[in-house]
Amino acid sequence: MIEIRNLKKSFGSNLIWEDISFSIEGGETVAIIGRSGCGKSVLMKHLNALMYPDSGEVIIDGKNIFDLEYLELRKMRQRFGVLFQGSALFDSLNTFENIAFPLQYFSDLDQQSIKKKVEEALKMVNLEGTGDRSTAELSGGMRRRVALARATILQPDFLIYDEPTSGLDPQTSEEINQLIISMAENLSITSIVVTHDIHSVLKIADTVAFLEDKGLCWYGSIEKMQESNNQQLLDFVTASEYQIRR
Amino acid sequence: MEALEKLGRYSLLLYRSLRSLGEVNTYKKNLVHELLKIGYESVPIVLLTGVFTGAVMTIQTAYQLDIAFIPISIIGAITSESLLIELAAVITSLVLAGKVGARIATELGTMRVSEQIDALESMGFNSVSFLVLPRVLAGLVMFPILYIFASVSGVIGGVVAGYLSGAVSPAEFMTGAREFFFPWDVTFGILKAFVFGFVITSVSCFKGYYASGGAEGVGNSTTQATVLSCIYVLLADFVLAAVFL
Repeated sequence: MIEIRNLKKSFGSNLIWEDISFSIEGGETVAIIGRSGCGKSVLMKHLNALMYPDSGEVIIDGKNIFDLEYLELRKMRQRFGVLFQGSALFDSLNTFENIAFPLQYFSDLDQQSIKKKVEEALKMVNLEGTGDRSTAELSGGMRRRVALARATILQPDFLIYDEPTSGLDPQTSEEINQLIISMAENLSITSIVVTHDIHSVLKIADTVAFLEDKGLCWYGSIEKMQESNNQQLLDFVTASEYQIRR
Repeated sequence: MEALEKLGRYSLLLYRSLRSLGEVNTYKKNLVHELLKIGYESVPIVLLTGVFTGAVMTIQTAYQLDIAFIPISIIGAITSESLLIELAAVITSLVLAGKVGARIATELGTMRVSEQIDALESMGFNSVSFLVLPRVLAGLVMFPILYIFASVSGVIGGVVAGYLSGAVSPAEFMTGAREFFFPWDVTFGILKAFVFGFVITSVSCFKGYYASGGAEGVGNSTTQATVLSCIYVLLADFVLAAVFL
């Protein structure tokens, strides 16, 4: 379980959020939604202390991650897999090497076992036979899938997705949505999805956190979201081509 | 105030690098890679720089000493002494500030803005140990070696230029070079190269590691890394000369 308590963040004089508090239960998929620039990705980077807040806490297993020593923090971060918006693949490594990278450094597996695990991961994201391809040769959707394979190769407890479907065509977006669902179901991972793709939210999320007006404007289950009368939430959701069915 | 903040961040980056010296498994692969990149791949440009510096020094010294009662072998002495004590280290470092410094700042800057450094950290890596430390260590090791390459090629360039221009024969050149050779000059040159290697790699790592603002930001970081490296090399050269000579 991840507990976010009273997070406040600003960049210089630019206040991003005043006070954000909510909890993410183990095994659930939480979608963090909101307009561009509302601080969704910034919030994501606070969950594994890639960024530090002005004040507030992120509690994981009873420990505030911002109080951890660097060595402890690194161990904590290994419990997270992160799918970055631009995939963040290492361009000096090919597809196979990118996925194998965490295993090379954080597991005791021999080369043969690593090869087997990477091939399984490639199969899981429907990219069999692409291991020796340079990441520069891959399409945007393929890069996301490689990044997803890399993020899950160490079987993390938490998986963070930063705009997993942005910039992708509808069909590839759908493939990514299905992968997110299958990751949550098959690997029992707690998923945190930062997105503004309402279609995606309706498909994958159990719970929704809506950021607006420098704070958490609305928080609840996907079912409650579809019944909500919160005007700001409605304005945001109905601005999309997908209407909430009542 | 901003300068103080930058100095603080630079010091912190160095401190984090030093603290991660024990994490050999994290950086050993990158260290080998950087030794080749900074050392082996710089040999051609260093040799070229050395040869032409030595050649020009010889011809200019001959031109300035065109006086009958000065022994011609003094050309070899002045050229080799200047190379060992100053030019081989400084000119080579200024050239490498462009080649090595720009590459380091661009690589790390691109990794920063494309979130590859965040990806490393989010996997539990110490990104400083993985990216910064091997580059600085490789600079400390390879710059003194490249200095020796530059010195030797500079002397060869001087001998050849002296011979081809008819200013001084190879035998006379080497007589002068041997007569005024002091082992301290080489020690001092190596010390300089060691310091310059540290300055160029650490400043470039700092600029790249903290780059921001997309492609333009990486471009700015690269430019700043190169310009600041050159300025700090010249400053360090002055300080070393004032302290040790």
